[in-house]
Amino acid sequence: CHAVFLLQVENVKLLDRYASRKAASGTLYLTATHLIYVDASAEVRKETWILHHHISSVEKLPLTTAGYPLLIHCKNFHVAHFVIGQERDCHDVFTSLLKLSQPVKPEELYAFSYNPKMSKESREMGWKLIDLKLDYQRMGIPNDCWEITDINKDYEVCSTYPPEIVVPRAATKAVVMGSSRFRSRGRIPVLSYLYKENNAALCRCSQPLAGFSARCLEDEQMLQAIREANPGCPFMYVVDTRPKLNAMANRAAGKGYENEDNYENIRFKFIGIENIHVMRSSLQKLLEVCEMKSPSMSDFLTGLENSGWLRHIKAVMDAGVFLAKAVREERASVLVHCSDGWDRTAQVCSLASLLLDPFYRTFKGFMVLIEKEWIAMGHKFSHRCGHLDGDPKEVSPVFTQFVECVWQLMQQFPCSFEFSERFLLEIHDHVYSCQFGNFLGTCHRDREELRIFEKTHSLWPFLLQRKQELRNPLYRGFTAYKELQPNTLPFSFQFWCGMYNRFDKGMHPKQSVLEQLLSCLRHSVTLEDSAA
Amino acid sequence: TNEWRLSCVNKDFSVCPSYPPVVIVPKSIDDEALRKVALFRYGGRFPVLSYYHKKNGMAMLRSSQPLTGTNGRRCKEDEKLINATLRSGRRGFVIDTRPLNVAQQARAKGGGFEQEVHYPQWRRIHKYIERFHILQESFIKLVEACNDQSHNMDRWLSKLEASNWLTHIKELLTAACLAAQCIDREGASVLVHGSEGTDSTLQVTSLAQIILDPRCRTIRGFEALVVREWLQAGHPFQQRCAQSAYSNSKQKWEAPVFLLFLECVWQIHRQFPCSFEFNEHFLILLFEHAYASQFGTFLGNNESERAKLKLPQKTMSLWSWVNRPEELSRFQNPIYEANSLVIWPSVAPQSLQLWEGIFLRWNRPSRFLEEAEEERINIIKYNKELQAKVNVLRRQLAEMETDGEVQEEE
Repeated sequence: CHAVFLLQVENVKLLDRYASRKAASGTLYLTATHLIYVDASAEVRKETWILHHHISSVEKLPLTTAGYPLLIHCKNFHVAHFVIGQERDCHDVFTSLLKLSQPVKPEELYAFSYNPKMSKESREMGWKLIDLKLDYQRMGIPNDCWEITDINKDYEVCSTYPPEIVVPRAATKAVVMGSSRFRSRGRIPVLSYLYKENNAALCRCSQPLAGFSARCLEDEQMLQAIREANPGCPFMYVVDTRPKLNAMANRAAGKGYENEDNYENIRFKFIGIENIHVMRSSLQKLLEVCEMKSPSMSDFLTGLENSGWLRHIKAVMDAGVFLAKAVREERASVLVHCSDGWDRTAQVCSLASLLLDPFYRTFKGFMVLIEKEWIAMGHKFSHRCGHLDGDPKEVSPVFTQFVECVWQLMQQFPCSFEFSERFLLEIHDHVYSCQFGNFLGTCHRDREELRIFEKTHSLWPFLLQRKQELRNPLYRGFTAYKELQPNTLPFSFQFWCGMYNRFDKGMHPKQSVLEQLLSCLRHSVTLEDSAA
Repeated sequence: TNEWRLSCVNKDFSVCPSYPPVVIVPKSIDDEALRKVALFRYGGRFPVLSYYHKKNGMAMLRSSQPLTGTNGRRCKEDEKLINATLRSGRRGFVIDTRPLNVAQQARAKGGGFEQEVHYPQWRRIHKYIERFHILQESFIKLVEACNDQSHNMDRWLSKLEASNWLTHIKELLTAACLAAQCIDREGASVLVHGSEGTDSTLQVTSLAQIILDPRCRTIRGFEALVVREWLQAGHPFQQRCAQSAYSNSKQKWEAPVFLLFLECVWQIHRQFPCSFEFNEHFLILLFEHAYASQFGTFLGNNESERAKLKLPQKTMSLWSWVNRPEELSRFQNPIYEANSLVIWPSVAPQSLQLWEGIFLRWNRPSRFLEEAEEERINIIKYNKELQAKVNVLRRQLAEMETDGEVQEEE
């Protein structure tokens, strides 16, 4: 299906970051799904592929002596600088790319036309690969205190939650329904992770519609039920991941946060992670730093500081560490929320789970974690990643920050993840690629309505097939490390060149330790076969 | 090759007190001429051979600044000496590690630079490398930043930037790449000097050799490089490595010049992890011993002092201890693969990282990183064991097959 070219343009140059005039001329092709640039001038034919869905912006730059420049920025931080010989051609490519990169209807997304050679059964099996019920079983649920309920099967409780959620057994239907009327978008407190060792529970929800003085008996009973499900600790934490000022401002709009006086035995805490608009702006500034042509060390470090990016990463990490510590050391259950409970809440709950439980550091476990805390619990991937032509103010690198936190952990604990950086980058690419159905839409109901499970493929089997290249050769196994306790002093955070300057090959080490070790392992396997 | 000779003109350290007894000079220059050249160079440090690039026969020389003074003094022997390294009709490059205005001002104090009118075949490039006392301030600021326990990211980045340490790393790497490019890419001979020729000069010449010469990336080769370009070349270790970053008193001559060089080697090592026979621990070891050591290797400021102190008789050499197999095994890089390449490091800020092994050594647990190293070593070791086993089995199989043939014949 890629044999059909919508457009073919000769005499196109692809410039590197130093815009050297020696760049060779090649041919640009547009297909229904990709932009393909072919440089056949050297001995080895070189192809550069860009998925239309990955394109976040196309700009025409001022005319130069070499021709008509087109600058393409991608959501995976690839920056391609083309110079096209003819103005007409440049304009054609520009308008085509604008249209191709901004689909309007979900049906236009790649996942609905992506059709690899695979049997119907295999495709269906792919969707069944990750079963969240098994993960709850692993935690011991259902048990005396917690149950998996289908009370939300028709989305009566919450339209953005999955049909099945985990709530305390002691929470009656009335309590659940009452609480849902008191929480923003009906996102009631539900279980995210149960720490079997001491029964402390990590739960999540959205902000209460408390305003300045409103109360809700059922919501108070809901929190009481959560607290009492953990008899090992007399109190529970309620953590609001927003800065105090923002949370307080929400009260004027009839929302806000929990009043310690109204809820028995809670300890309330603000963590102070900034909102999606601040994060969008921060990333923008970071990318500007990454694109600087030949910055001095000072330019770079000052730019990095001014972007605030690592400050935000640290804030998310600190929150995850706090939650994990509360559960593990203080044996206290924690209820986490932000505003709507689908951005910062998702970040910190998934991070805390990763810190506590080595299962989530395996291939399968990580997939489960994403399916549970991000996909099922309604992180608005479609809006946050700009899948369709929509409101630019909804776009924000929330998932990117989570992936980076995982990478930062890999730097501190090189032997504790079954997978490598490459796995993270693949997932990140596909969150934006819309090639697979997992990340389409904004919640489970969306996906059901779009009939994702019938019409598209799941990403996970495709990644599992490539385990050998995506694995971490230094992984010491499931039992080697239990919980991770990262150092979060500022110097512990590194700039992730492999993500934000991924396509600037010159900046990366010229020899890859990862590649060296993987090839050594592959060689060992062939030797083992020979010996046998 | 036969264009060079060993000269013992300095055998009693009278010609140049900071040089070793034996140096390498162009064959056509005799000892008398060398004496005259020594009078024309600061501290008597006349141009000597630092490195000979076998690939194209180009040479890298180093010296100190010429004493041209305000009168524009010249020394025909000096000109003859460095011109002798040029191929007919080809140019050379003088890399001056001082900025132009500093080099010009040096004339007022009797120093100066090689003037074009007297050295027409040499093109002068000023590639500024920071003076050693600035380096010390930088070092102190960086260590202070690393000890800051406040959880404030902006403050950390601000302090890191203000220390300028990574800027010095970038500048030194750039200068070394420049020297290496002149030799390897331009095919030209190079003369490197600063003011005294004992600090930035040595940083540039030794680092350029890491880039150009694969032998310098082996353990023995690196040891020889340090001996040649730092110890014998007269870097004043005693003065520079007296107190390090925590000293209360401000030492006038103190500076982490050698550490900066070691860190640049580490930065290149990070970018080319398979190209060095030694690992990071080796570099850290040398850093430590330069400051405080039970061995005599780094004592004194030059060979003359070491001879006077009778160090070879009274102390043990670091190398004799380090090169013992049981010690050496700790310093080997498991993924080393010998190659014959010239390796060009990237100096983009994104490519340079803080050397945690030195600066964050005591601020974070090393357990997890040590376990990672163990894993790396195990992977390579297992592979080697398997390879050996397969080889044995293959040999046995081959023997069985030939035995079988013999039996059949019988």
